[in-house]
Amino acid sequence: MTLLVATVTGAAQESDGPSCYSALVNEWWCAQYVQDRQDEIVDATVQHLQITVAAVLFGIVIAFPLALLARRLPRLESTILGVSTGIYTIPSLALLPLMVPFTGLSMTTVVIGLGLYALTVLVRAMLDGFRAVPADVVESATGLGYGPTRLLFKIELPLAIPVMMAGLRVATVSTVALTTVGTLVAYGGLGNLISHGVQRNFRAELTTAAMLCVLLALLLDVLLVLTQRLLTPWTRGVRT
Amino acid sequence: MSLFELTWQYLTTGSNWTGNGGLLDRLAEQLLLTVTALLVAMAIGLPIALWLGHIGRGGFLAINISNIGRAIPTFALLAVLVTADWPGSDEFGPYGRAGLATLIALGLFALPPLITNAYVAVREVPPDIKEAAVGMGMSGAQRFWRVELPLALPLVMSGVRLALVQVWATATIAALVAGPGVGRIIVDGFARNLYSQGIAAAIVVAVAALVLEVVAAAVQRAVDPVPRASKRVRGGAMSAAGPTL
Repeated sequence: MTLLVATVTGAAQESDGPSCYSALVNEWWCAQYVQDRQDEIVDATVQHLQITVAAVLFGIVIAFPLALLARRLPRLESTILGVSTGIYTIPSLALLPLMVPFTGLSMTTVVIGLGLYALTVLVRAMLDGFRAVPADVVESATGLGYGPTRLLFKIELPLAIPVMMAGLRVATVSTVALTTVGTLVAYGGLGNLISHGVQRNFRAELTTAAMLCVLLALLLDVLLVLTQRLLTPWTRGVRT
Repeated sequence: MSLFELTWQYLTTGSNWTGNGGLLDRLAEQLLLTVTALLVAMAIGLPIALWLGHIGRGGFLAINISNIGRAIPTFALLAVLVTADWPGSDEFGPYGRAGLATLIALGLFALPPLITNAYVAVREVPPDIKEAAVGMGMSGAQRFWRVELPLALPLVMSGVRLALVQVWATATIAALVAGPGVGRIIVDGFARNLYSQGIAAAIVVAVAALVLEVVAAAVQRAVDPVPRASKRVRGGAMSAAGPTL
């Protein structure tokens, strides 16, 4: 069967002489492929990035109030953590179909589904972050007359950033990888290329897409590390 | 009929469960895959990680393997394995189509949480306890078996739990590359516009995942030698949490 499929794709792709991505050669890596299908690859990468960024932002927007709530009401903490861990346990390929009755076959389905996974990591990281703020610093700030809001944004949040950012990095990197599964509802960014590559036994396509996924994850990770350095100038030189 | 009703209908029709390649068949297949892959990964990963933790070497690798594992999409690795000449997508005994490729991918993705947690678990045994063990004249092996391992067990088990979640999720994704398991029913449903079928199978997978997690949590509690104290240890697990699903 593989052979048959390979022949069909081969016929469509061969131009002058067998290129390295023709079905006869079917190399794992082929620069010619990247050149010829540049538009397709760029589109898929852009979609991948959109889904990832939207999902992580969605996760942050939901996780922050939840973390604040869990901190204020310790009774709710175990419930919030329990429910989010429960969601995390559900495989992505099962979570996406469960969203379909509500949001259909759309990008929203993927964004919300992946956002829910990011949420679990983020809520934990935020709570750990707040816990990492030294109690004496909070006390001094209160003594200086800081109200609850100003205390949160001027003192606690900045001091919680290192721990929170660690969580954000974990959430972002795994969201990049998970986005590929969105191909089930046709919104998987680079996952769509991987899926197509498997169906047509098109090696160059799936390796290129897979490598771009990993690269994208590394790139976003580096960006987050740089952002963290900018946000926490006081930690520089005092490595902990 | 609404999608919910159709889904309910699919779930309550007996033949969808018992038929050839039905939900029960696929569920058994996926459970078999999960258990096999997890046991193999544990047999390989745990001794190495525990030993590294005991001698206190290789920490960089043990910690970073989780970060690397997270960045690699499970789907991509499965795709590469299935498309390659070996292991390819051939039938593999009771494991079904693309069974070997799926098992390899599952095992590989189970390793990072197992290794990182087991390493951290042994490393984080309080130094004063280790010192006391040395002071009592315990040998290296005695220290490991009688002191470090029992104290590390809860965190090791939480690694096994994470690995289980990861393996179950990856086994589901295997269907995207025409692999075995319940995921196949989901993917088939979506490919043929039978969304109720896809959603029904997704519910089965999700419920099974939650049941596995509850069982694993119970096992973890059972092996905890000092149930109340383990909360302290768990603080260090953040770096190890969060597999790619």
